[in-house]
Amino acid sequence: MTVHIEEAPAPPPPVRGTPGHGEDRRPPRRWLPSNWVPYLLIAPAIIAILSVLGYALFRNLLISFQEFGRKQLISRTTEWIGVENYRTVLQNERFWDSVVRTFLFMAANVVLIMIIGTLLGLLLNALGKKMRLVLAISLVAAWAMPVVATTTVFRWLFDTQFGVANWMMRTLGFSGYDQHNWFSSGLSTLAIVTLLIVWTSVPFVAINLYAGLTTVSGEIREAARMDGASSWRIFWSILLPIMRPFFMITTFLEIIWVFKAFVQVYAMNGGGPDRESETLPVMAYVEGMGQNQYGVAAAISVLTLLILLIAMSFYFRLILKQEKENS
Amino acid sequence: MRKLWLNGTALVLSVLFIFPVYWMFSTSFKSNSQVLTKDPVFFFTPTFDHYSTATGVDLFWTFVTNSLVVTIAAVLLALVVALAASFAIARMEFKGRRGVVIAVMMAQMAPWEILIIVVYLNARDAEMLNSLVTLTLIYFVMALPFTIWTLRGFIAAVPKELEESAMIDGCNRVQAFIRVIFPLLAPGLMATSLFGFIAAWNEYAMVLVLNKSPDAATLPLWLTQFQTNFGNDWGATMAASSMFTIPVLIVFLLLQRRVTGGLSAGAVKG
Repeated sequence: MTVHIEEAPAPPPPVRGTPGHGEDRRPPRRWLPSNWVPYLLIAPAIIAILSVLGYALFRNLLISFQEFGRKQLISRTTEWIGVENYRTVLQNERFWDSVVRTFLFMAANVVLIMIIGTLLGLLLNALGKKMRLVLAISLVAAWAMPVVATTTVFRWLFDTQFGVANWMMRTLGFSGYDQHNWFSSGLSTLAIVTLLIVWTSVPFVAINLYAGLTTVSGEIREAARMDGASSWRIFWSILLPIMRPFFMITTFLEIIWVFKAFVQVYAMNGGGPDRESETLPVMAYVEGMGQNQYGVAAAISVLTLLILLIAMSFYFRLILKQEKENS
Repeated sequence: MRKLWLNGTALVLSVLFIFPVYWMFSTSFKSNSQVLTKDPVFFFTPTFDHYSTATGVDLFWTFVTNSLVVTIAAVLLALVVALAASFAIARMEFKGRRGVVIAVMMAQMAPWEILIIVVYLNARDAEMLNSLVTLTLIYFVMALPFTIWTLRGFIAAVPKELEESAMIDGCNRVQAFIRVIFPLLAPGLMATSLFGFIAAWNEYAMVLVLNKSPDAATLPLWLTQFQTNFGNDWGATMAASSMFTIPVLIVFLLLQRRVTGGLSAGAVKG
């Protein structure tokens, strides 16, 4: 693969060539006006991020204070209405249902992903070489499946008429699964989305935990075992503290990923039936594209972002606290 | 005894995890009468009918080309821009460096899914709906933070002394970069570009909203074409899903070992 190398380093040697650590800084060569070199190098990246992502965030905030429907979309006019959209959203029961639903959905998913992922990671670590390869291949296959494809496959598995799920329930002796519609309520729809998300997310946790565990020296564990520690104790008192940064960052990432999951929920059942499986990102989409209420949709996104930020800041504080305790 | 128990559990779990993938592939090779049956058929002679249905749709090759063009362009753009930025972050001291690092981290967690509507409005106002350029730009910016993040790690891992000794030997900074750092970056470049490729290849939400027109659509939209209000052609859907998944599956299996180690630092996921 050829990459345009000219882009990368700019010609004149920079004044100070040291990364992060200030101790071994070389004496600055003042005769070279190269202070701008690092800025030149980062400029394209920063401009791209700001103009696409930054502008979208900014405009989202603006639109949330505007009356923006089909009429304004066509006539391209701007009508400022202050906090009216927020009032509409906050007074809408559906929004609050959606908030509660999103949190329960996220909590259920993240807890399941972390617990099952951890157990699988430990299992990978305990297995022999051959069996580990078999399990790893299955996990990677689930992980590699594209989101659209997995969602379609899960709809097929849970198809009312020809789904293998209904067949399996019948075979196991449960009655009433002849034409069972798994998507008949919001709760069961989200349960299937949960199954899907957990299925695709667990491999990430398991394989990375396993990769991390291989770096933990076996001697520590051997010694603990000799001293009579149980497997549970070894996990709790040795592996967990060592792997704490891993668990922190992974939980954090999973929270964000599940919170903003859109395709899985939307492509499964369009937020239905009767908008009962709408999480916040799906609700914003349905209000915007479905009802042409772009202003209201923007207000929902802003509120969703705020919630996400608050959740993240709690988490950041937790991490900072842990860091302090450890040092 | 413990061994047996562990292996048994692992086997059951392997079957559970692989089952949806297996079911997708096996459905794609069944005849329609075997697909549309209440009691699933497990043994059958494979047929390729659904594959010809799936590839026989109008504009199939347009979808393929669009997907390839958008994905490759976005990844190449991300590589070039990220290489510059990550070099500055990893090797140079400048005012606001911490700010840039934090901005990159934040962008990596960007809630694109929540901003779909506004991205649509921005594209519409710029008259850039149903455009491959728009899609490329968005996938480029989506891939950029992760690419910067990963390459930064790779560059930082190259000992500074190597570069310095090359400079003492008479290379200037650019030559030192090309001769010393760049070759050592090759695995990192491969890994990040492949992950960027997978992410852009799989993207569905943006293309669903921005490029509905068949001329500008990509393969993820083609995948959902066989599900209509009048019913689903499950055989064709599964054939399309299988074809769409195979390349990703191969890349992933090849790549997985190389990248998982340093993965926890970066978000390698859709």
